[in-house]
Order: sequence, then structure tokens, then C-alpha cells
Amino acid sequence: MATLLPPPSKKQKRAAQLPVEVDIIPKDLPNVLIKFQASDTGDSIGGSIRVPGNISERQLEELLNNLHKTSDDPVPYSFSLLGDKDDLVDIRDNLYTSVLKPGIKSTEDFLTLVYTPRAVFKVRPITRSSATISGHGSTILCSQFAPHTSSKMVTGAGDSTARIWDCNTQTIQHTLKGHTNWVLCVAWSPLGDVIATGSMDNTVRLWDPISGKPIGDALKGHGKWVSSLSWEPIHLVKVGSRPRLCSGSKDGTVKVWDTVARNAMYTMSGHSSSVACVKWSGSGVIYSGSHDKTIKGWREGRCVATFRAHAHWINHLALSTDFTMRVGEFQPGPSMTVNGNPSGAVTESSKAKVQEAFDKVSKIGGRYSERMVTASDDFTMYLWEPEVSDKPICRMTGHQKLVNHVSFSPDGRYIVSASFDNSVKLWDGRDGKFIATLRGHVSPVYQTAWSSDCRLLVSCSKDTTLKVWDIRTKKLMVDLPGHADEVYTVDWSVDGKKVISGGKDKKVRIWTH
Amino acid sequence: MPQNEYIEQHIKQHGRRLDHDEKKRKKAAREGHRIAKDAQNLKGWKGKMFAKKRYSEKVEMKKKIKAHEESKIKGPSKPKEDDGEALPTYLLDRQTTNTAKAISSSIKQKRLEKASKFQVPLPKVRGITEEEMFKVIKTGKSKSKSWKRMITKHTFVGEGFTRNPVKMERIIRPSALRQKKANVTHPELGVTVFLPILAVKKNPQSPMYTKLGVLTKGTIIEVNVSDLGLVTAGGKVVWGKYAQITNEPDRDGCVNAVLLV
Repeated sequence: MATLLPPPSKKQKRAAQLPVEVDIIPKDLPNVLIKFQASDTGDSIGGSIRVPGNISERQLEELLNNLHKTSDDPVPYSFSLLGDKDDLVDIRDNLYTSVLKPGIKSTEDFLTLVYTPRAVFKVRPITRSSATISGHGSTILCSQFAPHTSSKMVTGAGDSTARIWDCNTQTIQHTLKGHTNWVLCVAWSPLGDVIATGSMDNTVRLWDPISGKPIGDALKGHGKWVSSLSWEPIHLVKVGSRPRLCSGSKDGTVKVWDTVARNAMYTMSGHSSSVACVKWSGSGVIYSGSHDKTIKGWREGRCVATFRAHAHWINHLALSTDFTMRVGEFQPGPSMTVNGNPSGAVTESSKAKVQEAFDKVSKIGGRYSERMVTASDDFTMYLWEPEVSDKPICRMTGHQKLVNHVSFSPDGRYIVSASFDNSVKLWDGRDGKFIATLRGHVSPVYQTAWSSDCRLLVSCSKDTTLKVWDIRTKKLMVDLPGHADEVYTVDWSVDGKKVISGGKDKKVRIWTH
Repeated sequence: MPQNEYIEQHIKQHGRRLDHDEKKRKKAAREGHRIAKDAQNLKGWKGKMFAKKRYSEKVEMKKKIKAHEESKIKGPSKPKEDDGEALPTYLLDRQTTNTAKAISSSIKQKRLEKASKFQVPLPKVRGITEEEMFKVIKTGKSKSKSWKRMITKHTFVGEGFTRNPVKMERIIRPSALRQKKANVTHPELGVTVFLPILAVKKNPQSPMYTKLGVLTKGTIIEVNVSDLGLVTAGGKVVWGKYAQITNEPDRDGCVNAVLLV
């Protein structure tokens, strides 16, 4: 029984009868003066240029490619107008309809257009379930794709095991046995050669994804269950060594583990309640959000910052560089061939590659700006620039129930938040302004995952469905029913080819185009 | 059976015998001897019963000792048994009200088991005569006409119901006896929710009563379960479900029903 739409109200009926305005672009628009400015470095190119007032986005793109002398291999760009108060107005279709017609600027004004290169590749929306694999004996609690390929992924479940799956043959590859209680979180190292799992039995374990064998015994130390794991970004690791691992626990501590010497390097115990989420930022600070309402920043074992603003538990936090740090040197390129081999140790070239990607995603207007967004039980989110100030940039209100999950789009331009009020909301990743609400789920939304080209978003919910959202139109693109029970976890592979989901029905589903 | 608490009262007033504690101790001390003697000497039925009791006691004790020994070893030796209650980290500290969810999954379970579809909890009901159901209303100037009837039972009239003009209305459904909501119980979970009635599906007495919306014991009604948040496998919201009335509403003044799953 589908939910019936209510009949249109009198107001809507009357509005439908009114004459529709037709978008006609006048032919005789005067020329306008524009200037191109890069969004990341803030450099301008080509000086001021006189262009027709009805210039389209495609033509602007062509012009900019000419200026960059890349017209034989054009890069797609998106443009937005820089306003008086440093606010940005996106230009869709053409300059006339998005700027001149709404009266934001007149043809007399000088226009500064900020351009951002769009991802040259395009992820196709997932539309079908290509496989339902059973194997886990219990609820699936967490999942993650390998950074280097879309054919491997790992899931953790309530049956005390984690499993590595081969997505090409859609079979189970290895069962990682060793934990004695639920596996709550999994994290694939950005080098691709180690998997870390955190469990309800208070331990962290490391595994070799190729052989499926444990690397040593459990890392013991936490007094209660491990709630979150995060690997050290590669560009911060010394050449020849391996990244460290950071874990947050219910006992209120954050520990940094040396994965080679297998000991806890630091135990950071400043929180007075359980730690819900830890993230290792690209600038080397570990951020931890806790149920004691604070977020703390840690550097080499010492607390360097405390962020107070929330009125209730912090549920989740996200950094604008999360995606870049997660995939390491296997950044999705134009040909989308992220099929590298996991490397054993950090090399000079991989470090440089990650540093470059980090610079690209974290720079705005020529300035480093790694942003952090925190989601809380007080129904709001805060946007921070943790390196600059311990005061938030923006308070993001609008949700009517607690916010469970937030994430930045891979390019850092959007923030998406999933809430228990059945909605997903989209926010501007630079200033935290509200953009749109994505409605469609009929139960709490648990998690979201971005496609690596930032054009699509998938969300999983208690209502047993996944939904794919189109970011450009801000509408539902595909509804994916199939699971028989709540879906707890979803992840999109780095090359965008596959999505996995798992939940209470004990089945792993792989979704493809 | 002692009448009233006279033993306790006597103890309160006069205290116990002076050798009470001593006797009690001695009796307890001899208990082992008594059991050993019984184990050797009891014959027949008594012996069997004694042996059975003794055996179960010993098993219990052995289990207890084993559990105690295991608890001394650090940490569980093998993985915890899966109880199907695993939760992701973001739901661990929350008090989740999963009643609706439990209902939903139990319904699914039920469907899997392919339970007989048309069986209802109350298969038979008492017949109700027309005399009991309808009260004759005398009309006309001299109250000589008697073509009007008034239903003496509770009814459901539906949303936006308007009464007919007086001279047309043959059957009156009194507004004081109209019901909009029912206390619906889920049979397996024992949760009771106050839900709006959507329609009367079938009154076993007569199809006419179904049409009139009469609520008697055994009537199948459709209730709105949307606020329970049930979802089908396809992700659509379930909102109408059938329930059977279990009480006689005209005796209790309310409608109690049991959900048909």
C-alpha cells in the first residue's frame, strides 16, 4: 500500500492556473565584464574579460579552457558568482537566468566568477542489486571497501567475525576469526595492506587482507568496547614506516597504536564520557567527539584544543579531507582505474601524491582550511575550522531529531547529514548554509555514502531501503528496496562501481549500475 | 490450614522455646545422615522419587562448580553466542523502543511460517436477535407508526458521516454509541495500542450489520497501524490491518480487539 499523495490544495490549484513564465534569454543583452578566480588558490586568470550577458555555462567552460590552454583536453568546471559578502551564487545553465534575471547583479557590475574543476569522471548511479550474499551468522554492523580496488570489501558482524568478500565473484574470501564479541568497526588502512577491526570485547585486531590471517594477537588496553577507528594519513608518515592507528572507546579514552611494535603509544584520557567518533586529520591532529558534549583535538598525545558548543552527545564528526585521507595514494583519477596494489610501506612518491591531493581538497582561496562538522543529539550540527579557532563558523539547525551521521563530499563542497527525523539534509561545505532537504525515507536514516565524483549520494535507513540522491537536482534518483530488515551500514567503492550494504537481515548486498 | 496468624502471634507474645536454636542446629547437622539413610533404605515409589530428586540436585551442583571454575579463567575462551541483538555503535547507548519493529519482524516471521490465513481468534459468536439489536421507535403524531429502529449496540459510522433526513432515516445509530478508536492488542507481544478504526470489514451476525458498522463481539475491523511504523519488504508503509473484537462493546463501553497476524 503506497502512501497516497494528498490532492492539491486550492492554493496549488490556483498557482497551476496562472500563466507560466517562460525562460527566454533576451538576444540583445549588453556585454558584461567578468573575471575568473580559482576557488582553491584564489588566483585569477586572464584579467577582466568582456563577454555577452547571456553566456552559457558551456561557453564559460570553453573560454576558461582556452585561457588555461587546455582546450584540446578540456576540464569541466562549475562556476559561481562571488557576492559582496563573500557569498557564492551557483551559476546553472547560463549567466542570465542565474545572476542577471534574479537581480543579484546588473549588467553594469563587474562580476567575479569563482571556478571549481569538476570531477572529470562520472559515477553511474546504482540501480540494481547484483548479489545477495549470505555468510554472516548475525547482524552486519559495519562495512568498508578497500581503498585500492572495488573488488574487495570487509564487513564486521555480530557473530564475532569480520569477513573479506570478493565482489567480482561475489563470494566470501576470508573469515577473520579471533574476536570474542561483536565486531563494531572496521577500517582498511590507506595503504591497503592491513585491516583493523574494533570489537565489543575491548580489543583491536589487525589482519592481512590477502591471506586473511591475523597480524599478531589482539591489541588490548581499552577498558570498554571500541567504538571508532581511524588510520594516520599517509603524508604524515615517515618514509619507509607504516601508518599508526587510532581508536576511540566507550571507556572515554583515545589510544594511538603503533602497528609494527604493537603497543599503545599514547593513551589520551581527557573525555569524561564515552568517545563516539575519532578522526585523524590531514594536519596531524586527532579529533575525538564524545558523549561528554565536547570535541577534543590531540597532537602527539597531548590535548591541543577543546571545542565546546553542543548541548548533548556528539554522535559523529567528519572532516573535509576524510575521503582523501581514506583512499591514500589511490586517488580516483580521470580514467577511474583505482586498481593499484597495496603497498607495504610508505614511499616518497605516495607521500607526495597524498600531499598533493590533500592540498587540493583543503585549500580555499589559497588558504589551508580543513573544516570539521560535528553532529549531535541536540538536533544541530556545528561547522568548525579547528586549526583557526575554537569557535564554530556556523550552527546548522533544521533537523527535528538527533543527527546520526555527517559527511563531507569528497571535494569538500557539500555536507550531508542523516537524521532520525527520516530526512537527509544537504549543506554548503564552505559556510554551512542550508541547501536542501532530501525526503523519502520513512524511518530514521542511519548512514550515507558519497560517490567519489560528488554527484550522487546513497543513504541507508531503518525502513529497509537504500536511496540514491542526485545532488544537482536535489531529488531522489533511485529507490533500492531489497533488504528484509534495517540497513545499518552502506559504503560506496572508491571507483564508484559498487555499493555494499548490510544490516539486520544478515545478508550483504552488492549494488551496481 | 491454620486460620489467621496465630502461630506468629504467639511467638511474638511469648517468644520461642529456649532450646529452639539448639534443636534447629542439631536437626540441620543430622540432615546429611538422614539423607544417607534414606538413600540406602527407601524402597519402591518413594525410593524412585528420592533418587530422581537427588540426581537433579547433583547435576545442578556440578554445573555450578563448572561455571565457577570457568569464571576464574580470564576472558571468555570462545566467542559469545549470537543472540541476534547486535547493534551498530551509533545505536548502542540508546534506549530503542523496538516494539513496532518487533511487531513487524514477528509478522514477517509469521508469514514465513505460512500460518493459516483465514483463522480468527474467535471462530464462533453468540447469535444476536433482531429484538436485542434494534429498539422500535414509535413515530407519528399519535405515536402509532413503528417503522423506525434504533441500534442498541456500539457502531462505527466512518469519517464525515451525516445523518439522513428524519423522515428517511429508518435506522438510527445513536451518536453516544459511536466508536472511533479501539484498543488493539498484538497477540504474541502482548502490547496494546489505542488505534483509530478505519472500517468494519465483517460482522459475523449479518451482512446488514456489516453495512451499518455494528461493533459486536467477533466483528472484524480494519485499524490504522501507521503510527507503529510497520514497513513491507518493498519499503512501503503498512497502515491498515485487520483486527477482531474480543469484548462486547455495549457492556464495557470500549472496543477491545486483537490484531490478526
